[in-house]
Formats: sequence, C-alpha cells, structure tokens
Amino acid sequence: MKSRSLLADIGKSFLIAIWFMVLLFPLMVMKVNVSKGVAQVQFRWNMLPLVGIAAFVLSLLWRFALEWNEKRGNDSRAGGPLAKLKALTSQYLGIAVVRKGALFILLAFALAYPFLFGMYHTNVMITAFIYIILALGLNIVVGLGGLLNLGYAAFFGVGAYTYGLLWKYVGHSFIAAGIDPGWLFWISLPLAGIIATLFGILLSLPVLRLRGDYLAIITLAFGEIFRMVMQNSGDITGGATGISLIPRPWLFNIKLTPQKAATYIYFIAIVLVLITIFVVRRIEDSKVGRALEAMREDEIACQAMGINLVRNKLITFALGAFWAGIAGVVMAAQTTYINPDSFTLWESIIILMAVVIGGTGSIPGAIGGAILLKLLPEYFRALAQYRMLIYGIAMILVIIFKPDGLIPRKRKQYTFKEKELAK
Amino acid sequence: MSTQQLQSKQSILEIENLSMAFGGLRAIDGVSMHIDEGEIAALIGPNGAGKTTIFNCITGVYKPTEGTVSIRNKNGQIEHIHGLKPDIINHKGLARTFQNIRLFNNMTVLENVMIGRHNSLKAGIFKAIVRDSSTKEEEQRVIEESYLILKKLKLDMYINETAGNLPYGEQRRLEIARALATDPFLLLLDEPVAGMNAQETKELEETINIIRDQEHITILLIEHDMSLVMNVSERIYVLDYGRLIAEGTPHEIKRNPDVIKAYLGE
Repeated sequence: MKSRSLLADIGKSFLIAIWFMVLLFPLMVMKVNVSKGVAQVQFRWNMLPLVGIAAFVLSLLWRFALEWNEKRGNDSRAGGPLAKLKALTSQYLGIAVVRKGALFILLAFALAYPFLFGMYHTNVMITAFIYIILALGLNIVVGLGGLLNLGYAAFFGVGAYTYGLLWKYVGHSFIAAGIDPGWLFWISLPLAGIIATLFGILLSLPVLRLRGDYLAIITLAFGEIFRMVMQNSGDITGGATGISLIPRPWLFNIKLTPQKAATYIYFIAIVLVLITIFVVRRIEDSKVGRALEAMREDEIACQAMGINLVRNKLITFALGAFWAGIAGVVMAAQTTYINPDSFTLWESIIILMAVVIGGTGSIPGAIGGAILLKLLPEYFRALAQYRMLIYGIAMILVIIFKPDGLIPRKRKQYTFKEKELAK
Repeated sequence: MSTQQLQSKQSILEIENLSMAFGGLRAIDGVSMHIDEGEIAALIGPNGAGKTTIFNCITGVYKPTEGTVSIRNKNGQIEHIHGLKPDIINHKGLARTFQNIRLFNNMTVLENVMIGRHNSLKAGIFKAIVRDSSTKEEEQRVIEESYLILKKLKLDMYINETAGNLPYGEQRRLEIARALATDPFLLLLDEPVAGMNAQETKELEETINIIRDQEHITILLIEHDMSLVMNVSERIYVLDYGRLIAEGTPHEIKRNPDVIKAYLGE
C-alpha cells in the first residue's frame, strides 16, 4: 500500500516535471540574442534537464511535506521530538524564577546592545523596535478586532509628518527663542499619537458597515490617498522631496554625535516598546479587549450580547492608529528625513505580514514577526533582490504548516477553588 | 384588545400587527402576539413560516416594516423597542440564542459568558490600562459570576476549553448560558434542541424549566421538536406563511384543524 502511493507520488512528480519543462521552455531554454539588428534564438538545451530535475525534486519534497503536515495534525498530542522540546521549554518557563531570569538576561542584553555593537546594528535594531510597535498596533486592529487594514502605513505617516511638519513650521521660532528644537520630539510624541488616533476615527467612520474584502479595499485606498496628498501638496509638506534635517530628540542640551544620538534613540525606542507591550497586554486582558475579540468572532452575536459595534470599531481603529503615530515620530527622529515613499502600500503589507507570520492576535507573535521581517533582510542583504520571492514563500509555508502563526496566542486559563466561591 | 392586555399586569412582551417585507416578499404579515410574565411560550410552524424573522424583529436584527413591539421594562413601564439597535434591546432585558449557533468560537467557554456580562462592567480603556483595585475587583466579580452561570448549566468542566471545540449539545447550552449572562427578563431561544439526541433534549427541557422557575425568566422558544414544545410550553403560537394561524394551550393546538392542515397538508 505504502509503496504504491510512493510510486504514485513519483509518477505525479514526473508529470509535473514535464509540465514545468514545457512551461519554462521559452524562459529557461530559449534565449534571444540581438546582434547587429538581427535577432537570433539560442537554445540552451542543457537547461532543460536541470529544470526537470529541480521541478521533480521540489514537487516530491512538497508532497512529503504536505503528508507530514497532515499526519502531524492527526497525532499532534503524541510526543514527537519537537513536541517534547516544546513541553520542556514551557515547563521551564512555567517556573517563575527561570522565566524572570530569562527576561532579565534578555533585557540586559537589549540594554547592552548599542555598546556591544556598532552604530549600524543599533540603527537596525531601532528600525526593528519601530516595527514591533507598528505590529503590536496593527495586531489590535487585525488580531483582536478582526478588521483587515491595508492602509496602516498611513497612520505611521501621520505620526512622522506630525513631527516633520511641526519642525518645518515651528522649528525656526524655537531656534529664534533660543529653545533647543529637539524639544519638538517630546511634544510630537503625544501629539502624533492623538492626531493619528483622530485619523483612525476618521477612517473608521466610512467603514463602519464594511467587512472583509470591502474593508480591505477602502483602507488600502485611504493609505494611498494619504501618500498622494503628502506627495502632491508640495508647498506644505515638501512633496516628493519630503522634509529633511529633522532634529534628534532633546537630551539636557547636550550636543550628541550621531553615534550617541542613535544610542539615545535606541533607548527611547526600547522604552516605548515596553510601554506598548504593557498597554496592549492590559487592553487584551480586559473588558475592552474581549469585546473586540467578540466582534472579530461574530458581529451579530456580539451585538446581541449588548455590545455597541460602532463604538467598538471606533476603538479598534483609534487604538491601532495611536501606536502607529508614536512609531512614526521615532522613525522621523531616527532617519531625520521623511518623504512619502516611506509610507507605501508595501509598508502596510510588511507590517501585516509580521502580524500574520508571528501569529494573528498574539502579542509575542507580533513582536517575533516584526523582528524576523526587519532583521533578516538586513543581515541577508546579498539576497535582497529575491526579498519578495522569499517573503511570498515564507507566507505560503506559514499558512500551510503553521496557520496560527509562529507563536500562536495562548488563551488565558482560569482556575476556580470551590471555597472562594462559597462565600 | 391588545392594549387592554398590555395594561394588564401580566404581559411583558407585546407584538402588534407586525409585518416584515423583503422586497416583494412579506415574510411576516400582520402578526400580533403577547407573552405573559413568567410563562414559557412557543412559536411553531413549518419551515419558512417566518419564526426566526419574528425573533430578528424583536431583537433588532431587522427593523420591522410595520407594526410595533413593546415591552414592560424593569420599572414596569411600557416601552416601544422596534427599530432599536440589537445592543440597546439587549440592555433592556431581552436576550437570545441563534438557530445556527453563533458562539465566539476561538474564545474560551468562560470568556464567552464573560462577554455576556460585558455591560455589568464599568471600566473603560483607561481604567483597563491602569488596572486600579476597583477594576480588578470588578473583573474578578465578572469571572466568578460567569463561572456560577456555567455551573448552573453544567458547563463548569469546560471553562478553559475553546468554545468551538465543544460537543454540539454543549455549544447550544453555552449559547443559553451566554444569553443568561446578560441578565435578561425575557429569553428567546431559537431551536434550542435542534440536532440534539433524546437524552440531551430531555436535559435541556429540565434546564428550560429551571431557568424559568429559579431565575424567574420568561421564555419564548422556536422549536420543531413537538414533544419538547408540548411538554414545556404553556402557550403556543402557530405561524404559517408569515401569518398567525392559531394560538392556545398545547392541548388546544393539538386539536386545531388549521394547525393540522398546515403541518400535514390537506
């Protein structure tokens, strides 16, 4: 029985290999050389078996992987080596001392990071932190509220432009008054959060009745509109050239070298990440978070339980946008330069991918996803031209083999003691 | 006649001349009915008769084309509720379950019930973030109350289970538990035993009686299982093609020629 299915697999893969050889023939085998205005077709026949073998092996591997995945689904409770490792780690992480120790080491490492590594690595890490904040914010909208938002980069842009425009229009009066323009960073931080929240509410109004595909399209349009407006109102926003020389955050009037400034922003970012995690966790485990999740699960039932959907959607968009605004300010301060190209649809998609790959609705997932998607491309620059391809493949693999994401959400468990309830 | 009944002490839900049209189709056509306090009433009829549409009109999922729905609220005043939003109607003390179970599948059983208690919580976002002692107490109270409701419906062994993983019969019971958590005075059950076996049906029958007798909640149910309907209900409304064709005690309904015709054909 088993050998027969193996034979069938090989047969199918063989057919696929032939199909791919036909399909890729014009691309991989034929090559048109133009010399002196005459086109000549060159046949590279040696490519043909390569294509065939590659297609055969890959399709066979893919089939085995799918089979393995199905099997794993059937006896997921049985202890494979991976399951045992997982059980062991969760057992150790269950011990408070170990968990606290691990957190402490992680935090110590994070604090020492800018001193151990150079400015380049510090800057890369700051970008990763910015994306963690963004992913956590989007996780509220997509993971908790279940509202697909493809225009999230616009809120990021609102934050960055709040700081940028404030610098552009108020900066010189600060300098004239003898106040360090770096102060603007600290003013922008809450202001950008508030303005992004307002934009979030603004966007949520037209989409109150929409769900799924329609919502995705409208939010996508919103993101593009924002970018276009920034690009085309050159008098106000600097247009495509953007705003430059944005000051770095103020620190007790000390003039910082770029290296020190990066370290300083690194620490600001780390604090903001910690605040974000703290707040998002609190929200998730509260009345508000539960209501958002109920809305994601079933809007009609959610309303029937007495939850106001309109209010819920406003909260979702507002909360999500707030963090994007904050992240935008940090981004503007780090790069000291912003232009509309930083807030394209691609940016929204990367943040969404971080959430989905990490585990929709899961806070550690969003953090892990953001780190993965920001750090890996930085350290594998050699593969930069294949980035889209790799992202696509990664996405497919995650969706098939780990549909809940790399670190899926663990639901809170409750225990009850009879005595407590007897009173 | 109906206004008279509304003024009588008993009636807590009054539907008058209710119609609901979807384009040219009149799903409900001039239905008038009333539910008295503390009774178990049933709404029956062949498939497509408009039973669930009536539920949807009462609970605000649909805005009725014509007619009024009024309740006697907790202060004893009469209030129109037709055209209000579902969440507002729920606040007024009407809770429902759904024919095609609508649980929050990816949340735990306890969390499902805690959603039902949502409106008994006062804390907003800022309190949720600060998490002061009053918020903590409130949260703890809701957890305990939800647990007690689950215990009452014999679901307490499942508290941390994901709702979507429950057996079918338990899912139906959980829907009732979640509805009870909103503190209703009137519970609307849409086919509560659909898909259950005889044993489960028997248990649910007991549950329905317990809810009425111990919690003093009035119940209106839609059901196709005639043995359950005849056993538990005190008054039955029969609907056919959107019109009310009979009303009475189980005994009267069993003998009503119109009802027999609607169910068995001529």
